[in-house]
Amino acid sequence: MEGFVALYIFMLAAFTGYEVISRVPVILHTPLMSGANFIHGAVLVGAMVALGQAQTSLEKTIGFIAVLLGAANAAGGYVVTERMLAMFKSGKNRP
Amino acid sequence: MTPKFLINASYFAVAVLFILGLKSMSSPVTARRGIVWAGVGMVIGTMVTFGWPGMDNYGLIMIALAIGGGSAWWSGRVVKVTNMPQMVAIYNGMGGGAAASIAAIKLASGEMHDPIVITLAVLGAVMGAVSFAGSCIAFSKLQGLINKTYRLPAQNVINAILNLLTFSVGIAIITSTNPAPLLIIALFALSLVLGIIITLPIGGADMPVVISLFNATTGLAVGFEGFVLANPALIIAGIVVGSAGTLLTQLMARAMNRSLVKILFNPITGEALTSGQGIIGSMKEVTPLDAAVMMRYARKVIIVPGYGMAVAQAQHKVWEMAKLLEEVGVEVKFAIHPVAGRMPGHMNVLLAEAGVPYDKIFDLEDINDEFPQADVALVIGANDVVNPVARVDKSSPIYGMPILDADKAQNVIVIKRGKGTGYSGIENALFYAENTQMLYGSAQQVMSSVIQHIKEMSS
Repeated sequence: MEGFVALYIFMLAAFTGYEVISRVPVILHTPLMSGANFIHGAVLVGAMVALGQAQTSLEKTIGFIAVLLGAANAAGGYVVTERMLAMFKSGKNRP
Repeated sequence: MTPKFLINASYFAVAVLFILGLKSMSSPVTARRGIVWAGVGMVIGTMVTFGWPGMDNYGLIMIALAIGGGSAWWSGRVVKVTNMPQMVAIYNGMGGGAAASIAAIKLASGEMHDPIVITLAVLGAVMGAVSFAGSCIAFSKLQGLINKTYRLPAQNVINAILNLLTFSVGIAIITSTNPAPLLIIALFALSLVLGIIITLPIGGADMPVVISLFNATTGLAVGFEGFVLANPALIIAGIVVGSAGTLLTQLMARAMNRSLVKILFNPITGEALTSGQGIIGSMKEVTPLDAAVMMRYARKVIIVPGYGMAVAQAQHKVWEMAKLLEEVGVEVKFAIHPVAGRMPGHMNVLLAEAGVPYDKIFDLEDINDEFPQADVALVIGANDVVNPVARVDKSSPIYGMPILDADKAQNVIVIKRGKGTGYSGIENALFYAENTQMLYGSAQQVMSSVIQHIKEMSS
């Protein structure tokens, strides 16, 4: 990737992250942290590419671990965030 | 249209979904939609990646996906609400481990030649490995597998040396045309040790900030590996989380009036806390009946929940009692300290689970002026966040941390499991104050009997 294009992407993404979170109420801090944790689970995509292109058995082993860990990050992150946010259905009281 | 074009178009959509999802998650009204959007993005991203040109090892990918995804899905489903913070920590650590593994493959393959790309790979490797090791320690501490805070003699010197070593090895890899395998192994070993050494001495009160920090670190590591793989989905997701996580970490540290540097290099430990300055009086014990009477005939009660409520799973009982009190005309409000529990918003999540409406829950700045007008402040398993020592004792490690002014209420009832100090090990002057009554027991049981007594008085 062109060096300066990458730098621009970096800068814009950094500002986006900053803006998105700057107006969040305290009540959502934990779910939001968990949600952010889920989103960097996108590392799974990179791990799949890395394993897909692996040649030697060492590369395959490390790639396998990468996909395993990345999948756990994504799946676990989603479930926990979803469960936290499900509690915000609120308004109606449970028995 | 080439497959490559379709994949790139999909990744663009994924990036948009991630950002919209994160944005939606920052408002209570749209939060649930947000995680679904981000989830759709993740599924699309994963699916189209199977079509990446020149891919092989599909069987291995499927097996790893099934094992990793399946076990995490299951563990996330069955974990108790109270234990969610450490699950966030461990899933985050796994993301860091994945980023570090990608770096390892790329570094070992020796197919990178651009020094900038190698630098990013090394940075991602170090950050990912530090985050992995540190998150594992954070998980073990919150899960209770590690109970003590270990502090090495000359901790900061060792930290500095390790940092320097890691830095040197990193430079050596970047500058050499074909780095020796030993160098790469050394880089990862040093990073892992660094993550462990940094996290071990950090006490529980600071742990939320540290988990948030590692969350941001993993994000950056993922972003850097995204540059290495020239994969925009990884870059956007990683960097957005990296910057959002950094801001969140700062917000949390500020709420505790602790700088990040202090948390990492000068953690709160038990030794500094023996002074006990500003603590006068003795602890007075009351029964659940006394507490019930005090609250039943109060005009205004402010409830201050803490980790003790989470441990005892008492949030439903607490809300049940609050409703009973409201029925007889008592004004009830919940006061939440930004770092109550083990994570910011931890208490909000638990109260929301129990069904407490938002408009009864107040932040520190909004409620602190109301404590003097409250007849009773009911402190349930909270400790450091209501410790007046933070206002007066300059030698105390929590000096200057904003606290909930529970001590300014007419009466304070503290529900507490035993007579020990809080998670940070600091003596709490509130417990010894003239207007404070201690109510010992598990929050769940104590609340049940208080509810019983209130019901009897009302019928």
